[in-house]
Amino acid sequence: MAIQQLEKHEHASRRTAPEITVSGIGKRYGATTVLKDVTLSVAPGEIHGIMGENGAGKSTLLKILGGAIMADTGTMELDGHPVRITTPRDAISHGISLISQELALIPNLSVLENVFLGRWSNRGSLLSPNRDSEHFARLLEDTGFELDPRATVGNLPIGQQQQVEILKALARGAKVLCMDEPTAVLNEAEKEKLLHVIKRLARTGTTVLIVSHYLEEVLGLVDRVTILRDGQHIITEDAAGHTPESLVRLMVGREVDFLVPDVPQVSSEAGTVVRVAELTSAKVKDISLEVRRGEILGIAGLVGSGRSETLLAIFGADRTTGGHVEINGRRIRPGSIRDAIKAGIALIPESRKEQGLVMSRPVAENIALSTLPARSWAGFVRAQRERTAVKDVSKSVDLRGARPGQPVANLSGGNQQKALFAKWLLNPPAVLLVDEPTRGVDIAAKARIHSIIVELAAKGTAVIVVSSELEEVLGLSHRIHVMRHGRIVAEFDRNASRDEVMTSAFLK
Amino acid sequence: MTTTTVAVPSTAGKKFNLNLKDFGIVFGLAAIMLFLALNTGTFLTGRNFINLFDQAAVVGLLAAAATLCIISGVFDLSSTATLAVSSISGVMLTQHFGVAAGFFGALLVGALLGTVTGLIVVSTKVNSFIGTLAVSIIYRGLAIVITGGAIVAPLPEQLASFQTWTWPSLFGLTAGSVLMLAMTIVLGIVLWRTTFGRRIYAVGGNQEAARLSGIRTGSIHVAVFAISGLCSAMAGMILASRAGSAQPAMAIGIELTAIAAVVIGGTSILGGQGAMWRAFVGVMILTVISNGFNLLHWDTTYQQVVTGVLILVAVAADGLFFRKSTR
Repeated sequence: MAIQQLEKHEHASRRTAPEITVSGIGKRYGATTVLKDVTLSVAPGEIHGIMGENGAGKSTLLKILGGAIMADTGTMELDGHPVRITTPRDAISHGISLISQELALIPNLSVLENVFLGRWSNRGSLLSPNRDSEHFARLLEDTGFELDPRATVGNLPIGQQQQVEILKALARGAKVLCMDEPTAVLNEAEKEKLLHVIKRLARTGTTVLIVSHYLEEVLGLVDRVTILRDGQHIITEDAAGHTPESLVRLMVGREVDFLVPDVPQVSSEAGTVVRVAELTSAKVKDISLEVRRGEILGIAGLVGSGRSETLLAIFGADRTTGGHVEINGRRIRPGSIRDAIKAGIALIPESRKEQGLVMSRPVAENIALSTLPARSWAGFVRAQRERTAVKDVSKSVDLRGARPGQPVANLSGGNQQKALFAKWLLNPPAVLLVDEPTRGVDIAAKARIHSIIVELAAKGTAVIVVSSELEEVLGLSHRIHVMRHGRIVAEFDRNASRDEVMTSAFLK
Repeated sequence: MTTTTVAVPSTAGKKFNLNLKDFGIVFGLAAIMLFLALNTGTFLTGRNFINLFDQAAVVGLLAAAATLCIISGVFDLSSTATLAVSSISGVMLTQHFGVAAGFFGALLVGALLGTVTGLIVVSTKVNSFIGTLAVSIIYRGLAIVITGGAIVAPLPEQLASFQTWTWPSLFGLTAGSVLMLAMTIVLGIVLWRTTFGRRIYAVGGNQEAARLSGIRTGSIHVAVFAISGLCSAMAGMILASRAGSAQPAMAIGIELTAIAAVVIGGTSILGGQGAMWRAFVGVMILTVISNGFNLLHWDTTYQQVVTGVLILVAVAADGLFFRKSTR
């Protein structure tokens, strides 16, 4: 076979794909358990799908196999021999290659140079590009890709860049490809092509492990499927017996791990506060929604479906190309965060570290930052007023234990999140946009944050909540919009079941 | 699937580190001064102190402005080029309209050039280090164009009043020193107590968070560059006043000394952290070391080695501290 020749040339350590067995794999980040006692085996030449909800641990498992991160517990065997894989380099030496969502290519080098990066053929110590070219031609033959070896990688469309990444893995003698959401960034034609290539590689003996959110796509592709839920292994079965609906059922159905606060009814007379009409940005299309006084609207969807970008577009933080936002009948100037804030919109962004807080500054300064002019005189901060205001608002969000003068970086995740709420509560907002309100915070802080949101709504704020945690969205919201591919695709009321919402987020 | 968890470090250890870091540099300055006081008979004299502050005036003004720039997350390498153009303009205006108009004009030109630098950096989104380096070359070129490469001086009868910044004033300090101290205090208060100061810290500490808090980050940066231009013009005024002339190559490289002083004082080059008093302490350390080498009749060649080591130590300490605070 062509692949066999390829190996002779490359002196790869393996001739055929190994049988992979992992047992008891566990991984924790701080207090969060991401994977727990996962046991799994994958046959040579198999296409194996790893599926689960946001945060189920799919990518983590794949990264452990590919050596990108190390498991805390568990063992791995290849063809029955225990191996220890601690770096991507180890993984490659065992023929395992990880292709992550973010491609690891050097954009200003050519296709050929990227494929053989660090593995150039040489004669003596001189590079021998001719041999690389021959090798490259054989790789193209094996995969059926059409790539110009001299093209600059950065100029290629994303689908072709991914092909380069696959060639790079094969050139290193990879017999096992671990692909994390490979189709997420591709258009339909590119997607078709990729699925075709994966099947072709499997026929020639390459094992492919694939993590994907797209159920139908996966079912049409894989031999067997593994489902993870909350970091635990649920099943590994032949794909043939499954339907998208049966997969969704297995992926959901976990215990609710927090108490849903009592969410009061929205009064029938409550007027509409936010009216978003056909808002369009680079990441979202034709977003239209309305939220009334005291109402909490949840937005569910997969990572990358445009949830966060919807909030950023409403807040004026992302450039919009069409549509508009009205607050109490007044149109917001598009793309103006300041106008949005003036109209009473507040945004608690997805990442408190990257977007929310100035980590090097004290808690009090962070809280005061967006409302400085309210407590100033001739440009000077009125320190006494600020102290009082910060103290009061800190109390209202239960930000105990934190000294106002302490750098916000020293607070726990939960307290940092509360500080973000405090910041926008200094001037109670008409509209609160919250993205991942409780990511990475402990149970107690989570409960407190949920009640802050509910209390705010009860006082008349219109709230839009985005969360990867479906229970959170279901538990907090009066209504739920589901997003997919940058659009709102479904709407549910509070009584919707988990299954219904999940199904509309995952399925076409 | 990464979760951000921020460990709560034991406050006792944390506080200790912070305090050492906070005051270490002051102890450093005190130690050098003590050493010189014990080893020379001349260090602790009024005349020497007047001399010290006068020597610190130019770098002090530039460092005060550099503190604002660095805390807001930008570098201004064009500051001394601005200094040259504005003092040359000042001298030329003096020749036609008198000394007062000359000084006023110089300040105006400085602030204007600073604003232009800021607008260029903000609108092109070029890294400020490279952007201001390019701008500095342009301004130096401009200085040569204006003067034809020659030294410009005020008319002979204007010279006495043109040298006003070298005259003794408050407590016998030169007027230039007093100007430097006043600007340091004013800008220090701006940074410490005003909403503008708060915004400078926020923009430098996390530009995206600042933007999402409704801060016009671009305006903050332009304003900071404008202030830098103004301070450069003041420093240029003092230099020209001292020399009785101005020329295109004046003060080349001093912008780096100013940045070094800021860093030695303990302001983080990563932005979002630091204080004005730190710049002042940094400037005084550099000045006292230079003064000490003179008083002790040591070979001044070694002075550069000492200064270099000092910068390294200061930056390394900054890196260590930063890692601790984000762990």
